Amino acid sequence: MVRLNVNGREHQVDVDPATPLLYVLRDHLQLNGAKYGCGLGQCGACTVLVEGRPIFSCVVPVSVLEGPRIRTLEGLGTIANPGPVQRAFIEEQAAQCGFCIPGMIVRAHALLERNPEPSPAQIREYMRHNLCRCGTHMRIVRAVARAAAAMKTRAAKDASR
Amino acid sequence: MDIIFSHNAKRIGADVREELPVAADAKPARFHMSTRHFRRRALALVAAGWLGGCISQPAGTDEAPKTLSFEPAAVERGAQLAAIGNCIVCHTAPGGQPYAGGRALKTPFGIIHGTNITPDPETGIGRWSEGAFARAMRQGVDRDGRHLYPAFPYDHYTKLTDEDVRALYAFVMTREPVSAGRPANQLSFPFNIRSLIGLWKRLYFEPGAFVPDSGQNAEWNRGAYLVQGLGHCGACHTPRNVLGAEKNDLYLAGGEAEGWHAPALTGASPAPEPWTTDYLFRYLRGGLTDRHDAPAGPMASVVHNLAAVPEQDVRAIAVYVAAQMDPPTPERRSLRAEAGAPTRTEGGDSTLQAGATIYAGACGACHDNGRIAPYSGDALQLTYSTSVNLPTPSNFIHIVLDGVMPRDGEPGPWMPGFRGALTDGQLAALTLYARSRFGSGPPWRDVEGEVRKARTSGATGGG
Repeated sequence: MVRLNVNGREHQVDVDPATPLLYVLRDHLQLNGAKYGCGLGQCGACTVLVEGRPIFSCVVPVSVLEGPRIRTLEGLGTIANPGPVQRAFIEEQAAQCGFCIPGMIVRAHALLERNPEPSPAQIREYMRHNLCRCGTHMRIVRAVARAAAAMKTRAAKDASR
Repeated sequence: MDIIFSHNAKRIGADVREELPVAADAKPARFHMSTRHFRRRALALVAAGWLGGCISQPAGTDEAPKTLSFEPAAVERGAQLAAIGNCIVCHTAPGGQPYAGGRALKTPFGIIHGTNITPDPETGIGRWSEGAFARAMRQGVDRDGRHLYPAFPYDHYTKLTDEDVRALYAFVMTREPVSAGRPANQLSFPFNIRSLIGLWKRLYFEPGAFVPDSGQNAEWNRGAYLVQGLGHCGACHTPRNVLGAEKNDLYLAGGEAEGWHAPALTGASPAPEPWTTDYLFRYLRGGLTDRHDAPAGPMASVVHNLAAVPEQDVRAIAVYVAAQMDPPTPERRSLRAEAGAPTRTEGGDSTLQAGATIYAGACGACHDNGRIAPYSGDALQLTYSTSVNLPTPSNFIHIVLDGVMPRDGEPGPWMPGFRGALTDGQLAALTLYARSRFGSGPPWRDVEGEVRKARTSGATGGG
């Protein structure tokens, strides 16, 4: 039995502890936001957060994840109430086929939590680990910048209340 | 690890410059001597310096002419030579202008900053005559007559021919001048006393041009000239003594660079598959083989720069280095045989068990599936890995933490980093397991300490 804390909920799953997290998320927890792209930790479609840091869930066994807080795309907002990064990706229409977008959103979220005002160069540097085959890179970069601005505005509003 | 040729899948383009791990707070790892011993040696050096009267050289009186002109062929040759010398790495700050200096080089004696070698007259070497440049290269003295710290490997460059020095001068003096001062060095006493370098030179510096070995052929000698001279391979691959001088009796016997172990290039090479000229040539050309690790760490930029070097020079380097390795001993041949037939470690203590589980989930998909190149995921079988056979786990740990990545827009080996995924304890367990299952030496010591050291000195990771 492996215990996982995903999006604030405790789960117990009966899997081989060497199983990469992605398969547990998708097959056992029905969290299908993270995508299977390459299965080799190279494309980033499977990106999730562990204690706020992005990891490739397809190559990280659940044996090392008993304890830390895991956050997936589903933990960043809902269809009815998308989070600021999700909203920015929608507003910039950053998705073409959309397969890479969950990983992109999750990685962008990690960036903005650490660095609320990234420069364009910092966005590119941080996002370079995730691949997009459609070529929507410019829109993705714009969406990350838009999310940063939106989060800053919201933080300012919250502070002035 | 495997290769991504960026035909269709592209990473978001970052203008990624070479940034080798340099940490201000990480302790230098090269010297394992007691502080007391070290102080005693340092004080002896100070005393000897006073007594020995280490005096700087006279200032160079000649100044470079206002306008310089060079043959395009010399500039082109100089560019190739600068690539062999890997000059750009130390003389460029992370994210900075090429050759404008400012890169912090961490030494056991403190931090030294790479200098601006663009032809800017104020902050670079724009006023340097060719004679002053040649003197710096061969004798380690700047235009003002001050000794240069041997972090600048003039102990190797002293072997250069006049023609090559001239070509390098033509190359650097035709770069874009950049006005860039450099931060002050942060060296501890007594190493901050520049004149003491004079004594160091008396003890360890042997000036003099390369002398060919008449018993060897031209290709071997060409390789020897490049390896011993401009390539300054020994700067990393030869161990250094307490005062930072290369130990000549342990030439290429394995050293250290930037917190990475630079493996022995002699008969003591830890590679399970003996290196040959062909393997070395492919390695130095950035090609992957299924029998050796890919270039990583500081060596990655060496190989990157060698791409600009004529094939015959790279082959000469391979010929010479292969000759240093000696024919494989029976022990090494058996190592190779063992490598071909991996044995699985079953059972063992709980740390090794934990490491085995991590290996199966994180590494096995690429490293242990017997896929055949060029199928994606045809990573090196770790039985053939040099990193698990080194005296220290530093290289293995660095690679797992930060992965291996080609420069932006370039094809090359790619492995994700696990910095965000593994705790220090988990990474240590994986490291111990890899050593026990794939390595041939005794278990590494203080692996957790090595993990902590690597974690504070590394770059940003992929995972």
